[in-house]
Amino acid sequence: MALQATDTAVAAGESAGGPRRDRLRFLRNGKTLVGVAILGVFVLLAIAGSWLAPYDPSARSEELLQPPSWDHPFGTTQTGQDIFSQILVGTRGVLVVGLLAAVIATVLGVLIGVTAGYLGGVGDEVLSSLSNVFLVIPGLPLIIIVTSQLPETNDFTIALVIGLTSWAWGARVLRAQTLSLRGRDYVQAARATGESTWRIIVFELLPNLTPVIASGFIGTVIFAVLSEITLAFIGVADISHWNWGTVLFWAQSNQALAQDAWWWFVPAGLCIALLGTALALINFGIDEFINPRLRSDGRADRRVRMRVGFTPVVRPGHGDAEAEAAPRPPAATAPGTTIRKDDRP
Amino acid sequence: MTASVTNPAVLDINGLCVDYGLGDSAVRAVRDVSLTLHRGEVLGLAGESGSGKSTLAYGVTRLLSPPGVVTGGEVRYHPRDGGSTDILSLSPDQLRAFRWQEISLVFQGAMNSLNPVHTVLSQLTDVLKAHRPGMSRAERIARAEELLALVGISADRLSSYPHQLSGGMRQRVMIAMALALDPEIVILDEPTTALDVVMQRQILRQLARLREELDFAVVFITHDISLLIEFSDRIAIMYGGRIVEQARSKEIYETAHHPYSDGLLHSFPALHGPRRELSGIPGSPPDLTAMPAGCAFHPRCPKAFEPCDQRVPVLQPVEPGSGRTVACWLHADH
Amino acid sequence: MRYLLQRLGFYLFSAWAAITINFFIPRMMPGDPVQALITRYQGQLSTQAIDSLRTLFGLDQEASLWSQYLDYWGNLFSGDLGTSFTYFPTGVSDIISQSMPWTLTLMGITTVLSFLLGTGIGVYAGWRRGSWLDSMLPVTTFISAIPYFWLGLIAIALFAVQWPIFPASGAYDNGLLPGWDWEFISSAIYHGTLPGVTIVISAIAGWILGMRNMMVSVSAEDYVLVAHAKGLPERRVMFSYAARNAILPNISNFALSLGFIVGGTLLVEMVFSYPGIGYVLFQGVSAKDYPLMQGVFLFVTLAVLAANLVADLVYLLLDPRTRREA
Repeated sequence: MALQATDTAVAAGESAGGPRRDRLRFLRNGKTLVGVAILGVFVLLAIAGSWLAPYDPSARSEELLQPPSWDHPFGTTQTGQDIFSQILVGTRGVLVVGLLAAVIATVLGVLIGVTAGYLGGVGDEVLSSLSNVFLVIPGLPLIIIVTSQLPETNDFTIALVIGLTSWAWGARVLRAQTLSLRGRDYVQAARATGESTWRIIVFELLPNLTPVIASGFIGTVIFAVLSEITLAFIGVADISHWNWGTVLFWAQSNQALAQDAWWWFVPAGLCIALLGTALALINFGIDEFINPRLRSDGRADRRVRMRVGFTPVVRPGHGDAEAEAAPRPPAATAPGTTIRKDDRP
Repeated sequence: MTASVTNPAVLDINGLCVDYGLGDSAVRAVRDVSLTLHRGEVLGLAGESGSGKSTLAYGVTRLLSPPGVVTGGEVRYHPRDGGSTDILSLSPDQLRAFRWQEISLVFQGAMNSLNPVHTVLSQLTDVLKAHRPGMSRAERIARAEELLALVGISADRLSSYPHQLSGGMRQRVMIAMALALDPEIVILDEPTTALDVVMQRQILRQLARLREELDFAVVFITHDISLLIEFSDRIAIMYGGRIVEQARSKEIYETAHHPYSDGLLHSFPALHGPRRELSGIPGSPPDLTAMPAGCAFHPRCPKAFEPCDQRVPVLQPVEPGSGRTVACWLHADH
Repeated sequence: MRYLLQRLGFYLFSAWAAITINFFIPRMMPGDPVQALITRYQGQLSTQAIDSLRTLFGLDQEASLWSQYLDYWGNLFSGDLGTSFTYFPTGVSDIISQSMPWTLTLMGITTVLSFLLGTGIGVYAGWRRGSWLDSMLPVTTFISAIPYFWLGLIAIALFAVQWPIFPASGAYDNGLLPGWDWEFISSAIYHGTLPGVTIVISAIAGWILGMRNMMVSVSAEDYVLVAHAKGLPERRVMFSYAARNAILPNISNFALSLGFIVGGTLLVEMVFSYPGIGYVLFQGVSAKDYPLMQGVFLFVTLAVLAANLVADLVYLLLDPRTRREA
């Protein structure tokens, strides 16, 4: 429905530039905005974290295993390191690996998925089987064994391994979308007029695949962040390089649990969950953008419950100055006729 | 056939209003509609998409999906044994008992109206099970076979799944299902739009025959007015959420009073009778969020004159005492 | 039947691909990990272990890649996955078969439980859209974003350290001998509760969200409206019409998410020192015990493939449209 056009246009106006305004419509979604805001904070921390950090995250001090205080908002480790600084400095590694891996996976997914969907035939068979194989092979164990055999692990190699192993989901979804788009009239028309294949893919298909690609990208970021933190936590990744997983690794290997040092592992976990929630919220916005049925649209009046199959009957109260309201039929107010305001006691 | 137009009423719609959304964002899709359906009559509802004809039908049965809301009026059903029920004040449980028993529907999409994971038998019998708890399983199966026979489908199709049936067959199964409880009213919402022309006529003829045999009233919704002229007794034409003209099919066919009805008649080729010139209606249906003042049709009307963009014309008899009504300033004594 | 054979063929192909990947990973690694290991263990590795490593990394001098590949298959079929050097001289296949029952039980029960519970809650949340259940969605999202292992850490901190209700590690009381007696089984249940609940809580959120969204989509389908129009009882409309159709895509997703869930579950085992495959993998990773890691990966992959096949069979039973293609 086209009724939310006017009042929300202002909100989108700031972020949208020029003619692609409607593509950013999903930003008007409240969930998406919260997600983008949280993600924005983390991005800022990733950029500025190492300057904002009050201490050198690796520097030892005399204050061993202190609970949170003004000096150390997240407390200290067994060797007196400041956990707050470790989290701040570690944000960058988390986001860089997450985004880099997702970029690699998305590029691969688009290449393989769109090609398979567009080509059809034997090429499609081969590429689909390939992505299906990668889908059913459990990703995390594969990432663990590959990474642990690498002679050198740093952010880049880890992102590479995660990216190379997690493109299959995106490819599968994109293939299905491309298949359905390929049959559309405008693509058929473009083919009939002899436009080159890559022009059709770049100008006709990709713009329509954008929401699907975006949603896959964000999903992959979530997966990549979790994988990377897991790798750090089990000690496969370079543990001298700070990220949230490394914090957890040291907490675990120094028996933080047994020493009741909850502050050592709680902040890192919450950060992971918060970042994941932010990304998931953004994806909800995209999902609702793709599938309007999921939208919980304009339920201004919360007293009336909308329910499929039982349309509510709401009669405007007396004195309601609604110009178009029907003249009240006399029979409706006759004694014995109860007018039911749906689901109101 | 036309005698049914004077039968007693089976359904009285009075001042019905239907909105999409609530509060400030509400859009009114059906505006103050009053209409009577007589027992055993075929009433056609015509209009372009967005005219409110389907909204009216779903509003009456309270099947409109969110954010649809009925905001006013009354829908009174008169059973054969006297008395009357206001459908709009039924509780969900009462509504469940009322549905299908008295009013059944055949939906637009033949493809999606049947549950893909259940057999035809299970979908024909679950309605019997819900409304006729006394029936035994064997009786239900016998009834299902009988229903399929009514629409000319052999009983061995009972164990089929919807995907194993053709489009026409699926729609016939839906019709059989609609007749399962011998309802008084059957609402057909574009029942044949998805089918080819030959299948369309075949199914409509079958429906007309079943209607004669079983004597139920029909509300037939379609944008194809030529089908209505052929198959219905009376036609109501909707525009911008209001009924703009209501008359016997023959009268509309011979002289449409409202310029919109006239435009609709010239938008479809008639399969029978003399050829007409096809002209269509210029412009597009009104935006429900920004309805023009006065008569909603005036911006597209070739005959618009002074009062049309100021005041809304009232639906009133063309001449005193006649059953024919029109809402147009051309036919109003100001 | 054809559909089934097709799926079976695909899983055989996937198994072949996984085994082949497993064969090539160590051979594609840059550098000489074996030498690094020998240095690391400073002569504590036996010659047999070194030989096993050399075979794994394809450093057997003369043999061609092809004959190595054939040997590899030959070893696989005779159940020989090489020798672990953390558990030296036990063979990798022995270690896996000892830890396998624990993982299969824990993972099987929790995965099925979380799927059923999550799907059930999702059915209600999607059906009663706009009810209080919808306000739980942000919380559900938050929980689904928490890494399994971290939730495990919190569970230990709360219910094993702070309030010592459950044991923090192990799968049964150390004083007991594994067997089919009630004492042992109850001890195993007691030890498995905390890791089990952790996995269920972590995994359930995804099923709730997925099923809720499918229910919302399916509830707008014509056949659901027809069911309402027919005046069917609400339970019948909700389960037989809406949920019955909404669960189909959820089952496909179940199959595809298995890999992810398995990954998370392995981590929970590590945190709880639960003597399953995940814990073995953790040991292997810490000690750089490559044969052990490779073996675990292979086993996990084959198990996931088998579970996928089961999910396919369930789908086949539930969707008549695939049955026709059969």
